[in-house]
Amino acid sequence: MDVGIVSYGAYVPRYRIKPEEIGRVWGADGVGMGRGLKIEQKSVPSPDEDVITISAEAARYMMDRVPDVDPQTIGAVYVGSESHPYAVKPSSGTVAEVIQATPSLTAADLEFACKAGTAAIQICMGLVGSGMIQYGVAVGADTSQGAPGDALEYSASAGGAAFLIGSEKIIAKINKTMSFTTDTPDFWRREGQPYPSHGGRFTGDPAYFKHITSAAEMLLDDQGTKPEDYDHAVFHQPNGKFPERVAKMLKFTPEQIVNGLLTPAIGNTYSGAVPLGLANVLDKSKPGDRIFVVSYGSGAGSDAFDITVTDEMKNYKKENAPTLEKVLENPVYLDYALYAKYKGTIRMPE
Amino acid sequence: MREVAIVGTGITKFGELWDKSFRSIGIEAGIKAIEDAGMSGSEVDGIFIGNMSSRFINQQHIDALIADYSGMATRNVPAVRTEAGGASGGVAFRQGVMAIASGMHDVVLVGGAEKMTDLDDAGTALIMDSTADAEWEGSMGLTLTSLYAMIARRMIFEGKVTREEIASIAVNAHVNGARNSNAQFKNVIALETVLRSGPVADPLNVFDCAPYSDGAAAVVLVPLEQAKKMGVEYVKVSAVTQASDTLALFQREDITTFKATTVAAKEAYKIAGIEAKDINVAEVHDDYTVAGLMALQDLGLFKSGEAGKAVLEGQVGIDSKMALNPSGGLKARGYPVGASGVAQIVEITEQLRNKADNRQVANAKYGLAQSVGGTGSAVTISILEAI
Repeated sequence: MDVGIVSYGAYVPRYRIKPEEIGRVWGADGVGMGRGLKIEQKSVPSPDEDVITISAEAARYMMDRVPDVDPQTIGAVYVGSESHPYAVKPSSGTVAEVIQATPSLTAADLEFACKAGTAAIQICMGLVGSGMIQYGVAVGADTSQGAPGDALEYSASAGGAAFLIGSEKIIAKINKTMSFTTDTPDFWRREGQPYPSHGGRFTGDPAYFKHITSAAEMLLDDQGTKPEDYDHAVFHQPNGKFPERVAKMLKFTPEQIVNGLLTPAIGNTYSGAVPLGLANVLDKSKPGDRIFVVSYGSGAGSDAFDITVTDEMKNYKKENAPTLEKVLENPVYLDYALYAKYKGTIRMPE
Repeated sequence: MREVAIVGTGITKFGELWDKSFRSIGIEAGIKAIEDAGMSGSEVDGIFIGNMSSRFINQQHIDALIADYSGMATRNVPAVRTEAGGASGGVAFRQGVMAIASGMHDVVLVGGAEKMTDLDDAGTALIMDSTADAEWEGSMGLTLTSLYAMIARRMIFEGKVTREEIASIAVNAHVNGARNSNAQFKNVIALETVLRSGPVADPLNVFDCAPYSDGAAAVVLVPLEQAKKMGVEYVKVSAVTQASDTLALFQREDITTFKATTVAAKEAYKIAGIEAKDINVAEVHDDYTVAGLMALQDLGLFKSGEAGKAVLEGQVGIDSKMALNPSGGLKARGYPVGASGVAQIVEITEQLRNKADNRQVANAKYGLAQSVGGTGSAVTISILEAI
């Protein structure tokens, strides 16, 4: 049975802030920081937006594009994030309710740093492939946190994408997925802590690069493919620099990664990063296109996917929902004062 | 007193050795040195190890750890750990030389090891800052970098150096590091790269500062008369001296010179029976670029006010009359603090034994190593001689 993507939807909040504005407040070289990270601006959620609303927006766009799919045939909803609004109370239940998939389904929230969204896709693939469910919804979304003044504040942003996984009328077949997981403490947030901690340079070579290259090489080896066999590649993108470097290490070209690389324009959306990159690639791809995807979640692990766009893409009602390019149009720029208010960092009376 | 010789050297790669432990790199360097000396290890009757801070790895009693993991604890070989900030390794070497010279030991293993990258940058910096005066400097918010920045500002103000001359120390370091397979940084950099790198403490930028590193180095010492019979290549330890100065920088009359360096160097030249102009190769403590320039003038290798120009004009390269930091120095080879002073001895020994590969200084007869703790509060000077 072929299993793959039946539909998808993507959402990014409208607000933006630039590195120079953040640097201005902290007396830091924001322009240099942005240049170093290759981030021109990052998205900011409005006061009424969180992982549930972002996931719901993306899931609704996803459903709008497949009017023939009865939401009641969805058997599972998984939302992967590291910024679920509730520590106890599922985001996934609300999202399932919004797309009218309740009550006969299973749902759960997932967390694996920045790769929980791709882990959700894998779980749905398993459930669909085994015949346990007809359709599964996998969402990767975050309103990521970076401590004020920390390097992460220049990149941590918000956004997410939803994927309907099934075996009928699939617009993109997932040929294979493989994962590489270890216990590597590069980035973490303990229960109750408002901001994550990170191991500085340790987040690079032994963490991000080791896991992505290992998962990628494992998949290429298994599939007997080479980088040049793919039209597009999407890598996890905590900044604009890392995905460029890892692509080069794996011998993918800048042209292959351009459509899947959104961090320079919207910042690091954590669990939303690879799902959004894949959504943008699907927006721009045609039947026969082959897509290579590798996510990364700190802690640490990578999920790699080998995907082929099918002829069904021609019949797919992509136009029923805005493309990611459309979603990103007309941003509203914030100064740090409004940004602080929107992020809830200003102490208000009880 | 007996004359002393170095008969074996060992060194690990320097850098972010995240897949290795403190004990594994310490042992790696020690075993290499013992093998290089043509020994089995059972000959060693004393161990001295330079290690700056137990806080990096949360382990006190480093001396016992090294004796144990080198297999020498079962033979009950005494081990001593020395700490003198950045000069910890240099002091370990001096203690080892004294142990042989005095006749109390016959085969000494001197090691230096540090594992700095297991902490986050802020944690590591805090420990490094404690090599200055914690009460009168640290508690006022002064970091080690800011103290060296004050030195740099004063030197520029007094017209002893220019900003470009200070930066040129890093350029020379990276040129040499690129030739050293064990170096942390093997990339050649331009002067502009240093000048345009991120500011740390004005006028010093990121590229003016040596990195935090992991690494270990070791040498084997025996009496010179014994070395002659061993059939291995060896070098003579012509002098090793040490001097102290005030812990806090503000207590000094002049912050553009480290008196501990000038005093220890003067004594070392006298003991070795040579002058500064006889030195062919020097490994100096360039934890900050400005410190490299200070060393050149304090050691008498250049007149005060002339060192910077010489470095900027490329007069201290590997092919020069006096080659500076052929290993890449602390800046490019890397700076695992306690290992640094011993790594300098390893480099000078290799240079004098003509075994420094593609960074070999031609016909080197005398080599000098300068190891510095804090802002010149402790300095060791070692002069080695080719046989």
